[in-house]
Amino acid sequence: MFQYIVRRLLLSIPVLIGISLFSFFLVYLSGDPTDVIMPIDATEEARQAFRHKHGLDKPLWVQYYRFCANIVRGDFGTSLRFDQPAGHLVAERLAATAQLALSSLALAVLLGVPAGVIAAYRPRGALDGIVRSFSLIGQAVPNFYLGLLLIIVFSQGLRLFPSGGIGSWKNLVLPAFSLGAYMMALLARVTRSTMLDILRHDYIRTARAMGLHELSVVIIHAVRNALIPVVTVIALMAGFLMGGVVVIETVFSWPGIGRLAVQSIYARDFPVVQAIVFLSATVFVLINLIVDILYGVLDPRISYK
Amino acid sequence: MVTENRQENSELLKIRGLKTYFAASGGIARAVDDVSLTLRMGETLGVVGESGCGKSITALSIMRLIPQPPGRIVGGEIHLTGRGDLLSLPESDMRDIRGNEISMIFQEPMTSLNPVFQVGKQIAGPIMHHKKVSRKEAWERSVEMLAKVGIPSPEKRVKEYPHQMSGGMRQRVMIAMALSCNPKLMLADEPTTALDVTIQAQILALMNRLKEEFATSILLITHDLGVIAKMARNVCVMYAGSIVESTDVRSLFANPLHPYTRGLLGSIPRMSRAGGKKARLSTIKGIVPNLTHLPEGCRFSNRCMEVLDLCRKQQPPLATVSTGTGGDHLVRCWLAPAPSKELCDGGTSHSEK
Amino acid sequence: MQKMRNENFKKRLRAFSQKILSSKLAILSALLIFIALVCALFPGWLAPKDPYEQDLSRRLKPPVGFEGSAPGYYLGTDQLGRDILSRIILGARISLLISGVAVAVAASLGVAAGLLAGYYGRKTDLLIMRLIDIQLAFPVILMALAIVAAVGPSLFNLIVVMGISGWPRFARIVRASVLSVKEEGYVDAAHSIGASTYRVMIHHILLNCLSPLIVFATFELARMILLEATLSFLGLGVQPPTPTWGGMINEGKQYIYMSWAVSVIPGVVIALIILSFNMLGDELRDALDPHTERQVMRGFPTT
Repeated sequence: MFQYIVRRLLLSIPVLIGISLFSFFLVYLSGDPTDVIMPIDATEEARQAFRHKHGLDKPLWVQYYRFCANIVRGDFGTSLRFDQPAGHLVAERLAATAQLALSSLALAVLLGVPAGVIAAYRPRGALDGIVRSFSLIGQAVPNFYLGLLLIIVFSQGLRLFPSGGIGSWKNLVLPAFSLGAYMMALLARVTRSTMLDILRHDYIRTARAMGLHELSVVIIHAVRNALIPVVTVIALMAGFLMGGVVVIETVFSWPGIGRLAVQSIYARDFPVVQAIVFLSATVFVLINLIVDILYGVLDPRISYK
Repeated sequence: MVTENRQENSELLKIRGLKTYFAASGGIARAVDDVSLTLRMGETLGVVGESGCGKSITALSIMRLIPQPPGRIVGGEIHLTGRGDLLSLPESDMRDIRGNEISMIFQEPMTSLNPVFQVGKQIAGPIMHHKKVSRKEAWERSVEMLAKVGIPSPEKRVKEYPHQMSGGMRQRVMIAMALSCNPKLMLADEPTTALDVTIQAQILALMNRLKEEFATSILLITHDLGVIAKMARNVCVMYAGSIVESTDVRSLFANPLHPYTRGLLGSIPRMSRAGGKKARLSTIKGIVPNLTHLPEGCRFSNRCMEVLDLCRKQQPPLATVSTGTGGDHLVRCWLAPAPSKELCDGGTSHSEK
Repeated sequence: MQKMRNENFKKRLRAFSQKILSSKLAILSALLIFIALVCALFPGWLAPKDPYEQDLSRRLKPPVGFEGSAPGYYLGTDQLGRDILSRIILGARISLLISGVAVAVAASLGVAAGLLAGYYGRKTDLLIMRLIDIQLAFPVILMALAIVAAVGPSLFNLIVVMGISGWPRFARIVRASVLSVKEEGYVDAAHSIGASTYRVMIHHILLNCLSPLIVFATFELARMILLEATLSFLGLGVQPPTPTWGGMINEGKQYIYMSWAVSVIPGVVIALIILSFNMLGDELRDALDPHTERQVMRGFPTT
């Protein structure tokens, strides 16, 4: 088991290196950052000063080395917009984004997985039809659009929830739901098909032959096996969530990293963009690692090799 | 071990006219079509036939584990002593019976155990469920059962997972699970087919030993006549959903009456044959009919070497033929020797051995 | 040998056609997609008004049937008085064009990468798999955002970015297919009778993974449309005044208090198209899979 973890950790290293390279070179995709940031009529001295201040006059590999060295210390440079450390700006908003992301994930898992199990219990039944329809629709509606619709209906029309900002739990409802709907639909669908597949296996037949109630068979024997593929899907969600928060935070003016990302990109605030890109990719790798470890726990075939 | 009176040789299971059909893409597959048999206490009854003849489905019908959308038991009666007709019982009663009064072991030990649960938990589960004992007691019983099926260091093994065990060991676990609640009847569907020959012998010997110890009757399903010879007292031969011959094992081997049975016995490879080394393996020509398009007459008619016109037009009934050894020999064939008694799909008493 | 292959192919084609044409969902989805395609190809014929024509006196009118609507402007007007229906019809062109080309780009890159990785194995495989892992470590939106922000929003850039976001999954499918075919021995067998490397790859391997690729491409189209809509919504897609469905939602979001139609209607269209592609993908997968004897044979025990 320990070996397994160490191996997965080692495999993550080249990925992290690649991410750092990508984050670093991002800045240069549009040409010399100096030209992008400085106004057109800036003098050559001003440009040189700017270059020197941000270390842009050193050779590329030196810059990359410094970039990596700084990252390890948590230093992502200074934001061009706010003149504060980029890392700090990101850290301040981390809690808000985490709150949103985790709430929507919890919503998706707590509603989506049971829906899939129930649908598989009686396939072709009424509940199954409902779950499948919602699943299809949930995967087709863009999350930002759902957000707008929810605002129109619940904020404007019924005046039940605020349409933006952070504050009480009421502020969290609409954004969490908009972000979670797609994942809920996907989870329901995957859980359902996984369960249907598992219910055809021989060991399910054995459980029934031992006289267990169908409910026990499904909930105890089948679900436990279904967790393994479902956890994979949840890992994939992490990537989706990161993209999703960007959009949802924009729609609901949620003060998180996503909104900061959009604003920074518009303003060409590269240190902040680099920080966000690198951090989110790292978090994603971390989540994958955790999921891999979870695998080992959930599937005794892996850990008891 | 035995708590209630299990009178040797009294009737335990009586199947009359069982019909189990499946909705298939070509029509209705009559997988089990009018099957009757009787099994007695303390007996091992063999059901032999090739793949697709309906033997497994017969067993699943007894357990009422036929998957409902494609399949359905459309007729017949299955009488279990002490419970009446199983086909008329509510599902809750059947759940009571499964694993408790009748249990079943399957062909594929590799996939029949849940990979994510410890072996002990899988055995203890049904014990807790049926006998209403505590978890501790159930686990202790699991260890006991593992010892009884011949697994060394059972206290250690009970905490292992199925993938840590070999095929033979998993089958032992399945047998332990099946016998844990002391059932009257165990249905064994090809229990050794997926195992090595040497392990086969061990498992069969184990089953015989446990049968005595637990006073459990066995319905043994197999395609292997050698297994039948070793294990069963009486045997039914099935073909395309019907029983074509039914008698005690000795008579079957000494005096097979149905052309199919003769073909089966003839096709067993032997070391020395009439005709010298160059003699070919005798086979039954032709193939099993499609269960959705069964012929009007005898189902074996298209492959039978001794077929008559009558055979093609009318299905022969399963009739009793006295063979003179004192036992009842039933055959479904127009060519059988003159029947002394003709019964409609009757199963009567088999002689004592 | 060739004749046998053709016959086999025809049989499979017939089985497939039967299955897919009997599915109502598939026909409905295909129909919707066809309508969208027609809109994309011939917007001039279908659009009742000029999508770019502004008239501020007509702004923010609701669709026909609601109070205060403008006759002839069936789905209402946007904040600059332009006909929503016409803009949606023209918007189909951008959305479908971008998504279609992006999928084509992703598929080409992915198939090539998958073939190389699977066939040559070892280092090539390792390298490509690492690249895939690294790329998949990036949330697509963020990556697209970052790149588009860096190089500027234009049609070409958008297609390139979206195409790049899609190649890993195509590569994985093709690679898996190559590996399984390799194990089956077709490749070695063909080699041994002297078939050249090129022939071996194309004929045996591609034909093998054609079905899963088609199904996956259908789902990818849905995903690309969603991605394009999201990017346009964030203002990083095709710029106004060119109408794109996501962009229209973006423009309309400030005015939802005054007129819901500007944002709501394009969203319905997006959802319908994505739904159609997803449903079509589902049905295609069921129709192409030889193992799915859905009707009633499931769970049929064999003895």
